[in-house]
Amino acid sequence: MTRFLAQYGSQIATLTMEHLWLTSAAMLFAAAIAIPAGIALTRSPGWARPVIGVANVLQTIPSLAMFGFLLPLPWFGERAARIAIVALTAYALLPILRNTYAGIRGIDPAVLEVARALGLTGRQRLFKVELPLAASFILAGLRTATVTCVGIATIAAAVGAGGLGELIFRGVASVDNRLVLAGAIPAALLALAADGILGILEKLTTVKR
Amino acid sequence: MSAAIEFRDVSFATREGRPILDSISLALEEGSVTAVLGRSGCGKTTLLRTVNRMIEATQGEVLVRGESVASTDLIALRRSMGYVIQETGLFPHFTVERNVGLVLEAQGRPRDERQARSRELLHSVGLAPDAFSRRYPHQLSGGQRQRVGLGRALAADPPILLMDEPFGALDPLTRAEMQDMLQGLLARLRKTVLLVTHDLDEALYLADRIALLHEGRLVAHVPPEEFVRSAHPKVRAYIGAFHRGERSREAQR
Repeated sequence: MTRFLAQYGSQIATLTMEHLWLTSAAMLFAAAIAIPAGIALTRSPGWARPVIGVANVLQTIPSLAMFGFLLPLPWFGERAARIAIVALTAYALLPILRNTYAGIRGIDPAVLEVARALGLTGRQRLFKVELPLAASFILAGLRTATVTCVGIATIAAAVGAGGLGELIFRGVASVDNRLVLAGAIPAALLALAADGILGILEKLTTVKR
Repeated sequence: MSAAIEFRDVSFATREGRPILDSISLALEEGSVTAVLGRSGCGKTTLLRTVNRMIEATQGEVLVRGESVASTDLIALRRSMGYVIQETGLFPHFTVERNVGLVLEAQGRPRDERQARSRELLHSVGLAPDAFSRRYPHQLSGGQRQRVGLGRALAADPPILLMDEPFGALDPLTRAEMQDMLQGLLARLRKTVLLVTHDLDEALYLADRIALLHEGRLVAHVPPEEFVRSAHPKVRAYIGAFHRGERSREAQR
């Protein structure tokens, strides 16, 4: 055990950091796309079904196939990390989009009405009322998306994007369970940590009524 | 002198063409309290909402101090009138103090001014500022919430107050306390009030004029004393719907 750690320890650390970087980059992109899109959908709810439908379809694409699809594309295919980040972003869109939309739509209509009637501008209503009241929902979406992406990111190693999946794939190829676990355990811990931290944030932003 | 609020031949129909308001003409004097009575669905809330353009009249015009609301800047228009509704619509994520000061916050006024004003208003709606400033809406009773809602409506000292069934959800004792508090406040502040209610007693107690709407039409607009004596069948029917228990007991005696 100690010998194994001495041999692979620094590699596990590097790959964990890589894993973390792939996932966080994807989450940032996904949030930057899905939160504004979710807000926009609340302004024109007619679009909600088709747009959320598309995000839904993206989510049903098997992850290995998704990485494979992106491989031959010109700019993306050049760097494996790009492929991984794009694919992970695609998976993360749905939960964030859906929760942003549902969170804002779920606000007590009387509160929104008063916000309008008191003369708050559209921007003030968004930042002072709608986003704070929907924050816990949006964070719940981010949390689901993050946990899913930490898992899916292990498959990114299949296209050479690195991350903890590399150890898992090598372990499977060389029939070495220690290597499989060396990838799987840190990945599981990452998922648990993300779940815990975002869960706390979610609780902090929950508004009692 | 121009009226504080004037409805000129105001009609409103839904997009499907269902008429809600049918050529209403009505003038509210500066500093007066006008109660609008009528059964649910008669258009009273719609009428109130045309004043701050939460609803745009499909015909006719609404004038506030002689100016058509349609040509007034929407945000400025809404900030010039307080708005109180039955569900209060308090912001659940803000403290009582911030709820009350929100209009001033939206206007970009400095924090200490907002705090001072908020304390002053809590005091005038009968809530001890030290005990209530830091609380959140879910920590208040229905009556206390309604008081905060009223304080918030008064924050920017608007000349007009629009009140839609403000005390409709309260028990009779709390409602009576609120009516007294409002009456006291109005005696001091002199606001033009448009009060939508279906409580005849509340209208008689608080209003200088009573308007009765029936199926989108104005059937009466008179002082309370005249309202109770009116021979108009719709007014008689409305008044007849109250105190039925008392009357039936008296008849048995």
